[in-house]
Amino acid sequence: MRTLLHMLRKEFLQLRRDPRIVQLILIGPIAQLLLFGYAINMDVNTVPVVVCDMDHSIESHDLIARFSNSGYFPIVGYVDKLSDVDPYIDRSKASLALIIPENFGRDIKRNASVPLPVIVDGSESNSASVGLNYAGAIIAGYSQNILVQNFSRRGFGGLHPIQVIPEVRVWYNPELKSRNFLVPGILGTLLLQATVLLTALAIVKEKESGTMEQLIVTPIKPYQIIIGKLAPFFIIGAIDIVLAIAGTTIVLGIPVRGSIWLLGGLSLLFIMTTLGLGLFVSTVSQTQQQAMMTTIFFLIMPMNFLSGFIFPIENMPKIIQYVTYLLPLRYFFEIIRDVFLRGVGFDVLWPQALALFIFGVCILTLASLRFRKKLA
Amino acid sequence: MPDVAIEAKELTKRFGDFIAVDHISFSVNGGEIFGFLGANGSGKSTTIRMLCGLLQSSGGSATVAGFDINSQADSVKENIGYMSQKFSLYDDLTVTENIRFWGGIYGLSDEMIAKRQAWAIGIAGLEGREKSLPRELPGGFKQRLALACAMLHSPKVVFLDEPTGGVDPIMRRRFWDLIRQLAEEGTTVFVTTHYLDEAEYCNRIMLIHAGRMIAVGTPEQLKKEYIRTPVLEVETERIIEAMALLDEDDRVEETSVFGTFLHVSIAERYNAEKVIREVLGAHNISPSRIEPIVPSLEDVFIHLIDRQEAEQKR
Ligand SMILES: Nc1ncnc2c1ncn2[C@@H]1O[C@H](COP(=O)(O)OP(=O)(O)OP(=O)(O)O)[C@@H](O)[C@H]1O
Ligand SMILES: [Mg+2]
Repeated sequence: MRTLLHMLRKEFLQLRRDPRIVQLILIGPIAQLLLFGYAINMDVNTVPVVVCDMDHSIESHDLIARFSNSGYFPIVGYVDKLSDVDPYIDRSKASLALIIPENFGRDIKRNASVPLPVIVDGSESNSASVGLNYAGAIIAGYSQNILVQNFSRRGFGGLHPIQVIPEVRVWYNPELKSRNFLVPGILGTLLLQATVLLTALAIVKEKESGTMEQLIVTPIKPYQIIIGKLAPFFIIGAIDIVLAIAGTTIVLGIPVRGSIWLLGGLSLLFIMTTLGLGLFVSTVSQTQQQAMMTTIFFLIMPMNFLSGFIFPIENMPKIIQYVTYLLPLRYFFEIIRDVFLRGVGFDVLWPQALALFIFGVCILTLASLRFRKKLA
Repeated sequence: MPDVAIEAKELTKRFGDFIAVDHISFSVNGGEIFGFLGANGSGKSTTIRMLCGLLQSSGGSATVAGFDINSQADSVKENIGYMSQKFSLYDDLTVTENIRFWGGIYGLSDEMIAKRQAWAIGIAGLEGREKSLPRELPGGFKQRLALACAMLHSPKVVFLDEPTGGVDPIMRRRFWDLIRQLAEEGTTVFVTTHYLDEAEYCNRIMLIHAGRMIAVGTPEQLKKEYIRTPVLEVETERIIEAMALLDEDDRVEETSVFGTFLHVSIAERYNAEKVIREVLGAHNISPSRIEPIVPSLEDVFIHLIDRQEAEQKR
């Protein structure tokens, strides 16, 4: 026990003296979180639009007003000819061009199908697609409005679907939706990065510098080395959880619908798995460089791509979908999403918790055995 | 303290097909300074690592401080100190933090740690530099601190793997004074080096070459036993040429470059100086100095290794 205390004290002394630490555990997560949070926000807020109104009818003015009133589409120019649109898009002054053809107002009143070309600057695919979704939502709202007007004027006879937009996919406020999902999701990637990498590096560093060898010739037990090495990063992980939850809720104003304690508790369970992974990486790496590469290429990247954070799991090929059941991050994302956005409790999330627990126990056992074997 | 501090029997280590340590047997007495000599890659570190429990041996057996290295590894660890070939204290902990940590890991009580800390600072000559980080210390001090840290729990046996590598000659001397002091206090010191002059400080030395034991004994024994022919030191500017010429002559048994001089041994029945002058004179080389010398350990080792390699070729 005393040996363990000495080991722990040394670890904390070293952590305190490591200039990377503050950066990695404090500034890194917060900066990432805020950047991510605001970047998503910004993308959507500023989709500059150029309007080419060739109709000049009440209806066209109404549609344009809806765009400019939405707050997301600052109108940077009005032109009358199609050819005048090009310079705006070419010079990136506008990301989106709204083109209202001649007789737009008349056609709408006649219930005809109305083509409404929207040109999008595809070079910024991210903001373009969000912008397109928005525009779609506005136009859909507009056509629905007309539908209602027609209906009130002519009864069911007026219920002809009016097509005004090539594609309308998102009805909800897409900004809020993606942001609310993405920002808490960062908690997962953040914990993964911080704990796996730091743990692996801290252990491999001792191998590299020869102090591990020096430790092994003392009567210290392998389990004491393991606990001594993992405990500080467990605490760092816990601090990161608190920071990330606080940042998300207080600074970015995204509320946690469910229990914060449940979220915290399950996050700790998740850290158990990442510490196990870190320990495992340390047993297969000889240098810090190797540990870094292994962590990034074999753990962080695949997990980020396959855990449903970036691509929805339902859209993946069946085989890959099965693979995702092996990734702790997958369960953790489900937990985050459900606690944050849906507010569900342990009664629903216990399978995910169990999966994390089993994974954690397995990887910690496996890694510890490997670690002890290397020492012997 | 058992009389025999370390005893190895047919100790062997294979890495795949490669035999790094090849059936070596030796014993080290309690309180002795035992020097383990060999060129780079001859298997010194591998042997030490097996004795310390860092490497599993692939054959043979050994006891350290009376405990078997395979079956009683834990007891071995409590009784040994180890200083590895590369400096291995924590570079981001201060001198005292390092001492306290290692003391704690060896299970010393707080009072004991305080006592040993004072001792260690004294041994390492670091009074007033307790708060320095090891990387800020000159090489010699780092080495002595590492030794002190390996000795905090007063082990019976201490293994030092090239402790003086990269340290200047004056600090090397002082380091060896320290080793002697420890041995006088009863510690058994097992030390590897490839500085042959350092071997003279050892009570007994053992030479290994390519994993095999070549010779063991006190420095005097080795010199007497293995060098029977007189050795002469030859000083000349055309040293390589001179060596080639002498090697061709049947009367010359062995030549070796020794610093900027040539060491030559000639079969006993000839007048050595005359032979050398004759051979070199035929090619217009006139050595500025030819002098009989007391053979050093280096002469002994060169002789032994040459002999071993010749035997292997046969
Ligand atoms: N883990 C290993 N795997 C394979 N070969 C190894 C391993 N460790 C050492 N060797 C080889 O065993 C031989 C002996 O190495 P060892 O480190 O014992 O030599 P040494 O006498 O200590 O040399 P030096 O003076 O360079 O420290 C070397 O040829 C080395 O390459
Ligand atoms: Mg070595």
